[in-house]
Amino acid sequence: MHDDHDHDSPAHPHLKRPDVEDLPVTESQRLETAVRELLLEKGVFDTADLRRVLEMIDSWVPSHGARIVARAWVDSSYKQRLLNDAPAAVRELGIDPGPTQLVVIENTPERHNLVVCTLCSCYPRRILGLPPDWYKSRAYRSRAVREPRAVLAEFGTELPEGVPVHVHDSTADLRYLVLPMRPADTEGMSEEQLVELVSRDSMIGVALPMSPAASVGG
Amino acid sequence: MNARFAPGDRVVVRLGESPGHIRTPYYIRGLTGEIERVCGPYANPEELAYGRPGLPAQPLYRVRFRQSDVWADYSGPASDRVEIEIYEHWLEPA
Repeated sequence: MHDDHDHDSPAHPHLKRPDVEDLPVTESQRLETAVRELLLEKGVFDTADLRRVLEMIDSWVPSHGARIVARAWVDSSYKQRLLNDAPAAVRELGIDPGPTQLVVIENTPERHNLVVCTLCSCYPRRILGLPPDWYKSRAYRSRAVREPRAVLAEFGTELPEGVPVHVHDSTADLRYLVLPMRPADTEGMSEEQLVELVSRDSMIGVALPMSPAASVGG
Repeated sequence: MNARFAPGDRVVVRLGESPGHIRTPYYIRGLTGEIERVCGPYANPEELAYGRPGLPAQPLYRVRFRQSDVWADYSGPASDRVEIEIYEHWLEPA
């Protein structure tokens, strides 16, 4: 500490932000390091293979989901194919749905859908990327199923009176993507413009798509 | 695959207490719901988790429950539902 330094004055305190090495090493970190080093030493794969896999995971992004949703909004026959056989419809757009069975569930004026995995963190990773930390939190996993409307309200999501909420607990082999309703006043928008309205959260079901005005402003 | 149940069938979730890698959440055990769809055959995850083949594959179902049946003090509308994937060996006819 430098007591005479401006940055450490009481009026301008800096919280210590720990470096990675200052945090305790978890059991799973130890395990990952040990297994990775063993596999590399034994030549099961090399560092280039490892990098390719990590880059593949990084290539899974929510904009894949947004493209799927926007296509369904502008093309009703695509939407039908998507609801009937999501993996095939997703492949049409050049997106790999992965080995788990993808199911698309449609929000309508008669039903709002919300996805959770109460047991762990099941999530359509190929379509939405890695799940956000809150999705894996115990709070979300328990409350999404226990009091979904309170959770929606905390995300700022207000549903019209009387719309039933269906919570989908992703406990086994299926993965769920919510197809949100197309926002009002978007008739003149192109598919590319519509993509920008589709947030990740709207495809989990905790939020609604952005309105065109909000999108332009943001 | 010989699925024992069909969409619309009423089923009750077994009140099992098995240890291990169970995909049937505690909060739904013992409750009655309705088959929403037959998802198809899937290797049993309770076996896969221990490196075994999990065969024969189990029919997997999506089962729909009334939220008001799941939580005694559920505060939302009676039309709210929760839908869960459950393997056949956890289900009995209601």
